[in-house]
Amino acid sequence: MKATYREALNQALKEEMRRDDRVFLIGEDVAYYQGAFKVSKGFLEEFGSRRVVDTPITELGFTGLAIGAAMAGLRPVVEVMTFNFAILAMDQIVNNAAKIRYMSGGQLSVPLVIRGPGSAAHQLGAQHSQSLEAWFCHVPGLKVVAPATPHDAKGLIKSAIRDENPVVFIEAQLLYPMQGEIGDGDYTIPLGVAEVKRPGTDVTLIAYSKMLLVALEAAGKLAQEGIQAEVIDPRTLRPLDLATLATSAKKTGKVVIVEEGWPFAGLGAQIAESLYRRVFDYLDGPIVRVTGRDVPMPYARNLEDAAIPNADQVEAAVHHVLYRT
Amino acid sequence: MASRVIMPKLTDSMEEGVVVKWRKAERERVESGDVLAEIETDKAVMDLEAFASGTLLKILVPEGTTVPSGALIGVIGDPDEDIRDILAGAQPSAARPSAPRPAPSAVASPEEDTLASPRVRTLAREHGIDLKSVKGSGPGGRIVERDLEPSLPPPTPPPKVGEGKGGGQPTVREVPLSQMRKAIVRMTTQSKAPVPHFYVTIDTDMTEGLRVVEESKRAAVASPISITHLLIAASARALKQHPGLNASFAGETIRIFSNIDIGIAVALEDGLIVPVLRDCGSKTLGQIVEAERILVARARKRELAAEEYSGATFLISNLGKFDVESFSAVILPPAATALAVGSVREAPVVRDGRVEVGHRMMLTLSCDHRVIDGAAAAQFLQTFKHALEHPRDL
Repeated sequence: MKATYREALNQALKEEMRRDDRVFLIGEDVAYYQGAFKVSKGFLEEFGSRRVVDTPITELGFTGLAIGAAMAGLRPVVEVMTFNFAILAMDQIVNNAAKIRYMSGGQLSVPLVIRGPGSAAHQLGAQHSQSLEAWFCHVPGLKVVAPATPHDAKGLIKSAIRDENPVVFIEAQLLYPMQGEIGDGDYTIPLGVAEVKRPGTDVTLIAYSKMLLVALEAAGKLAQEGIQAEVIDPRTLRPLDLATLATSAKKTGKVVIVEEGWPFAGLGAQIAESLYRRVFDYLDGPIVRVTGRDVPMPYARNLEDAAIPNADQVEAAVHHVLYRT
Repeated sequence: MASRVIMPKLTDSMEEGVVVKWRKAERERVESGDVLAEIETDKAVMDLEAFASGTLLKILVPEGTTVPSGALIGVIGDPDEDIRDILAGAQPSAARPSAPRPAPSAVASPEEDTLASPRVRTLAREHGIDLKSVKGSGPGGRIVERDLEPSLPPPTPPPKVGEGKGGGQPTVREVPLSQMRKAIVRMTTQSKAPVPHFYVTIDTDMTEGLRVVEESKRAAVASPISITHLLIAASARALKQHPGLNASFAGETIRIFSNIDIGIAVALEDGLIVPVLRDCGSKTLGQIVEAERILVARARKRELAAEEYSGATFLISNLGKFDVESFSAVILPPAATALAVGSVREAPVVRDGRVEVGHRMMLTLSCDHRVIDGAAAAQFLQTFKHALEHPRDL
């Protein structure tokens, strides 16, 4: 069955809300407006305003409310209009969601999902174009998921909702209209499992969320010059499926990591470090990262394009690790 | 009392082995006779059985690692036994094998001057490649994987990806490697990469040799003499006079063998095998004929045990029946030489100032330059040629 990323999320959330009446959706404009990006289309009609809750512009407040509801036994799904606004809720996310289970000695848990789009779309300006996954990945007690395809989005949001712990679920505005095959009915994809999206032998490309599409585009071009890139999507960023990444890195000996976020202390730095520890003796050269530029996102379209990784940059990085430059 | 598990020496020619798989985990209970691990020798994958009962306290060698025979690879003992002494003692022997080894020992020492990627160092270790002989093409002269490619077994082909175009005709057929093919891949790459080959070619007069073969055929004896038999006998004769060629490079020393064990390359449908005719130095031509006939027949039926096709000190590869003028053979260690034999062909020769039809055969001796120098090879071939051209004295 074909569906867009948006429809896949819509279906999955609906199915979960039908399956378990403890699940509810809360956030800005999720009910009457059906979500800023229409992910919750039809929800208010089907589930009513007790389970589809519009909030004021108060991220810290409604995230805290949801954490409390989760501690009390419900399974809230918080929609942040974009993850830039989750910065306002950081205290609740880091100090409560991620800590309560630990600090209560396991007496309480926080089965909570915080979801919404991350990364840049087109010309949203520096404050609304950020890729903040590394912030969340830094925190023990949080799981972080960033699917790239409609199929993965559906299977992973279900696993996130069913998980007993807080999951940060990062979507992307430019992915919402993307179409793809999705599985039939009620399937789940386990958290913490990467997927080889394209097999290859010469170089390992690691990319997630929107950057997976960039990596696959680059892999297609590279194939034309006889370079078989293996493209892997970690899908879950924490816990990271290092075994799958390491197996590929061991095979190819060459690794390029693509991420839209900033380079300094970015997630790719962590992935590279983990791989160096695991497969140092199999690497044929340093791991190369292709990242967003180390600047606030420019508003001008030409400058914005120049600040986000593209397939040409990935190709150049592959040539570099293959010593072809 | 803790018991040491060592890399066994399962065949004569086995210098090292690969721990393919551990069948027991650390802290697991083992009984004497249990299969502890699968070990790949140069010929086959064999089970390594535990010699002692107890707990497998320590696995020292990860799967896929090659270590020399005799190296400590694990320790069996009582669950809470203190094995620090054994482990401490193991370090030097693991780092530097007690028996002298070929090229790899050069690799094992830190290469102060050699810049190489970690992957290259791992590959060099696994395949016994001396990095000093490899030129690096990476930044600052770093040796990178592609610089080793000529010395490595062929990579696994890329998997077929259903690329948009919608399935064209397959252009290749993938044939899985047989065990024999794998052994050939390993033996030849282990030779060609680390062994500096050089080649000396001579042309011999086979007029008399052919006469002997013809007479033997006409006499209708049970085992007629063939050119191969003459080659073996002449080789043995020449090696006796030039023992420096009946030798092997052993890292710190050159081993000179007292027995002349000649391997004969025998083509099989899916590869080749090199049965070894032992102690040719003390055999008469008649004995050689008899022994060779039985050995080769058994080789073709694949009846040979591992020790019957390993450890040749000299090799003969004869492609004469394929109308080949000359070729060069790959040396198979521990031998330091390989003799490649072409076809006997009619050619004009000048004898006593007159041109007449002669029967000539080209032979090319491949030599391991670490053991043999050009002049020694040439002197050997002189003796060999004289012996071959006077077959009635053999």
